[in-house]
Amino acid sequence: MDGFFWGLAIFLLVNAFACLWRAYAGPTIVDRLLAVNIVGTKTLVVLVLLTLVFGRALFLDIALVYGLLNFVVTIVATRFLETGRLKGDW
Amino acid sequence: MTGLSGVSGALTIVLGGIGALFFFAGTLGMLRLPDFFCRTHAATKCDTVGAGSVLIALAIFNGFEVSTIKIVILAALILLSSPTSGHALARAAHRTGLRPWTARGDERGVTPR
Repeated sequence: MDGFFWGLAIFLLVNAFACLWRAYAGPTIVDRLLAVNIVGTKTLVVLVLLTLVFGRALFLDIALVYGLLNFVVTIVATRFLETGRLKGDW
Repeated sequence: MTGLSGVSGALTIVLGGIGALFFFAGTLGMLRLPDFFCRTHAATKCDTVGAGSVLIALAIFNGFEVSTIKIVILAALILLSSPTSGHALARAAHRTGLRPWTARGDERGVTPR
């Protein structure tokens, strides 16, 4: 079963790097925010997979903090966009 | 890490495969769709269904342990936070005047890639 988990983790990492291209080349700010959000979610799933492979429960707490931080960053950035402190480039 | 019976192993593989498929669809939509709003459509689906299904598969594989509770909490957090952040991003873009892409022509000057 470890082989399946390793394969899933490597597949998700390849997907995350593909999404990183959108964060680099996205035409607007919101595209970059969305891409970073997705990369964060994939990293979280990879962390849970590594928890099961290595058998260390410490990674689960890191994944929990990662998910909360991802959510808070997106909400704060959209709040800045709506109140006008962060200008969209369209 | 209990020894797995046949049913839980098969469920883990099936749910993990479904999650990987949805993650791949989300990445494809993220790279290929022409507009931010279309990309939100692909990305939110990828996040909720893909991550939720993979996390449920891992919780089934883990069995009755303490760390399963944390995985279930993580799945609930993803299922709540990912649609919320997608909706907040789309609402902010819409309210500050990002025009949706139309097939007839681009009126706002940002060329879709």
